[in-house]
Amino acid sequence: MTKHTLSVLVENKPGVLARVAGLFSRRGFNIDSLAVGPTEQPEVSRMTIVVAVEELPLEQVTKQLNKLVNVIKIVELEATAAVRRELLLVKVRADATVRSQVLETVQLFRAKVVDVSPEALTIEATGAGDKIDALLRMLEPYGIREMVQSGMVAIGRGPRSITATRS
Amino acid sequence: MTTTPHRPVPVPGPPPSAPRPKPAPPAGAPVRLTGAQSLVRSLEAAGCEVVFGIPGGAILPAYDPLLDSDKVRHVLVRHEQGAGHAATGYAQATGRVGVCMATSGPGATNLVTPLADAYMDSVPVVAITGQVPSGAIGTDAFQEADISGITLPITKHNFLVTDPGDIPRAIAEAFHLASTGRPGPVLVDVPKDVLQAQTTFSWPPELRLPGYRPTTKPHGKQIREAAKLIATSVRPVLYVGGGVIRAGACPELRELAELTGIPVVTTLMARGAFPDSHRQHLGMPGMHGTVAAVAAMQRSDLLITLGARFDDRVTGQLSSFAPDARVVHADIDPAEISKNRKADVPIVGDCKEVITELLAAIRGDHAEGERPDLTAWWAQLDGYRATFPLGYDWPADGTLSPQYVIERIGELVGPDAIYTAGVGQHQMWAAQFIRYEHPGTWINSGGLGTMGFAVPAAMGAKYGRPETQVWAIDGDGCFQMTNQELATCAIENIPIKVAVINNGNLGMVRQWQNLFYAERYSSTDLGTHKHRIPDFVLLAEALGCVGLRCEAKEDVDRVIAEAQAITDRPVVIDFVVGADAQVWPMVAAGTGNDQIMAARDIRPLFDDDQS
Repeated sequence: MTKHTLSVLVENKPGVLARVAGLFSRRGFNIDSLAVGPTEQPEVSRMTIVVAVEELPLEQVTKQLNKLVNVIKIVELEATAAVRRELLLVKVRADATVRSQVLETVQLFRAKVVDVSPEALTIEATGAGDKIDALLRMLEPYGIREMVQSGMVAIGRGPRSITATRS
Repeated sequence: MTTTPHRPVPVPGPPPSAPRPKPAPPAGAPVRLTGAQSLVRSLEAAGCEVVFGIPGGAILPAYDPLLDSDKVRHVLVRHEQGAGHAATGYAQATGRVGVCMATSGPGATNLVTPLADAYMDSVPVVAITGQVPSGAIGTDAFQEADISGITLPITKHNFLVTDPGDIPRAIAEAFHLASTGRPGPVLVDVPKDVLQAQTTFSWPPELRLPGYRPTTKPHGKQIREAAKLIATSVRPVLYVGGGVIRAGACPELRELAELTGIPVVTTLMARGAFPDSHRQHLGMPGMHGTVAAVAAMQRSDLLITLGARFDDRVTGQLSSFAPDARVVHADIDPAEISKNRKADVPIVGDCKEVITELLAAIRGDHAEGERPDLTAWWAQLDGYRATFPLGYDWPADGTLSPQYVIERIGELVGPDAIYTAGVGQHQMWAAQFIRYEHPGTWINSGGLGTMGFAVPAAMGAKYGRPETQVWAIDGDGCFQMTNQELATCAIENIPIKVAVINNGNLGMVRQWQNLFYAERYSSTDLGTHKHRIPDFVLLAEALGCVGLRCEAKEDVDRVIAEAQAITDRPVVIDFVVGADAQVWPMVAAGTGNDQIMAARDIRPLFDDDQS
């Protein structure tokens, strides 16, 4: 199955997330990741939903989402035509013996150390999914104590705004 | 027959000597009032004339101004499920929005079934529920239920009103959403403190629905594509669903059928959309459809699908459904198109506009001489019709035939009456053996298959169309689920007729046990024959109705006439019929439509292929 990234503009109202999430489970579609946040318009929120479905079910997902009264617009963002980012916070075991190696990895990935303690470092990284995965693979041998990852957020490349045209 | 000038019924209210003054400020100017008053004013302004409901703690504030309303009448039902189905019946009989009301918690959850029912059958219904006070929400307060959460998947949309100032807009949006696009139920949940608070009222409010833009006008290119397919197909079928009735497109449908000469099938939800007496009508398709209708679709090279949704009860096994047909699919809901069967020509739009534009395009093609010859197709279909007409055998044990009873009701009462049904064998027989000529005369629970639908739906239909005779064709199983609404009918002067097709069993389940479970009748005998519990005649009388019983063929016409003559009270007829009658034809669940059995072990299409 292919992964598709949907940018969904919704009314900023209580319960909208439940409507969207409920629709996916009810219709038997799986969500890979979902991120919600405000937009430049206070009455509009934006969801970035990653779904793994074939072309035909994707059409159904989109049509069913569009039927939700609070959904204003849906745009599928093609991988090549969009900037896609995830955020990772990870706590890695890093005592004096390995700390410099961990820091080297952090630099390589242009990640950031956001918290330090004698036996661990907390690292912040942003990037596309494959970069985050690669970083995690590199850090794994040192011992990952805890990690948290955001859903993907994505925005189309070029000067045009998603809100500029009606769907 | 029944032209009963039976309303308005005197309801207890303020004596005429002490009229409550009603301020009449200029239209549009805001007035100070309570949230509850605002709610009632909004309902009045939205054109609501009747609310079916039951009061309770959280909704109590709304019932106070309701007592004063001279535009909105409240019908006190006996169970909230009855309120919901009554609203559904009312909506389908009148084409207007049906309204029901309930209190929080159990009142609201009792509306779940009728809301799910209205959602599946796309019926415009607005449900108003009281909610515990805002401050108590989320605390597991007495009679608290998250009804907006519960009804998310079974309503077109719902609202939890948190600001009394939003009440007019919520009601206006609810009515707009329920009745436009693909119609459906909308729930408005209002906490008690919001009903009690002071607020202002002005009408009409501004609708704020930026995400709601139903497409009604079809795309011209798709219309031309559809017309092109129609011009070149030699085995076309007009596959007509309930959307044609919702769109009010029945005259246009008839014009299209007659212009093209194409055979018509009407689904369970579309019975009445095209006259049964019309030569081009092949009847109902699907699991219990006519052989001709099912065969026409299986052999078709073009399905012109109008407001139908390729339901599994129509298609049977999807992979073998209409294998040679290309598909034109017109629906106002884009999500229905290519959901189950891929459409070759998708048309999003209101069926009335779609058919109107199709007519123009086809007339153009005809003018250029492009007109297919359907003679061979009709010869084939007439063959099916002649060889496998709808029919039934008289029960071998000499008991009364249920099909005969339903057929006689249809013939004696006629096509101008409204018929409602529950779910099961009686429903299928009522769809098969009553001849429908007009849209809106057949009201049943198609999608959800809600047993107990008939009596409350008939109540709502009769309320909305008091001059029309309304017959609930019910089963003895269904009838025992909702017959308490007969008390409502008797007291509110809503004189419906109920024909209980009493075979003593959950008949459809029993039929499946007979066919697929080695005649092992597990929990289907209701005892309504064996023990005569309940005695439906006595029950009817206890509920303020006239109870009649009929057990013999020679009494059927007389008893129906007797029921028709009673116009001042509801009538219940206990038709005691044989338990072994079965619904035929039948496509067994999970099999392909080619396996349709005209009667047990007679597979006309299958045998046809083998020869």
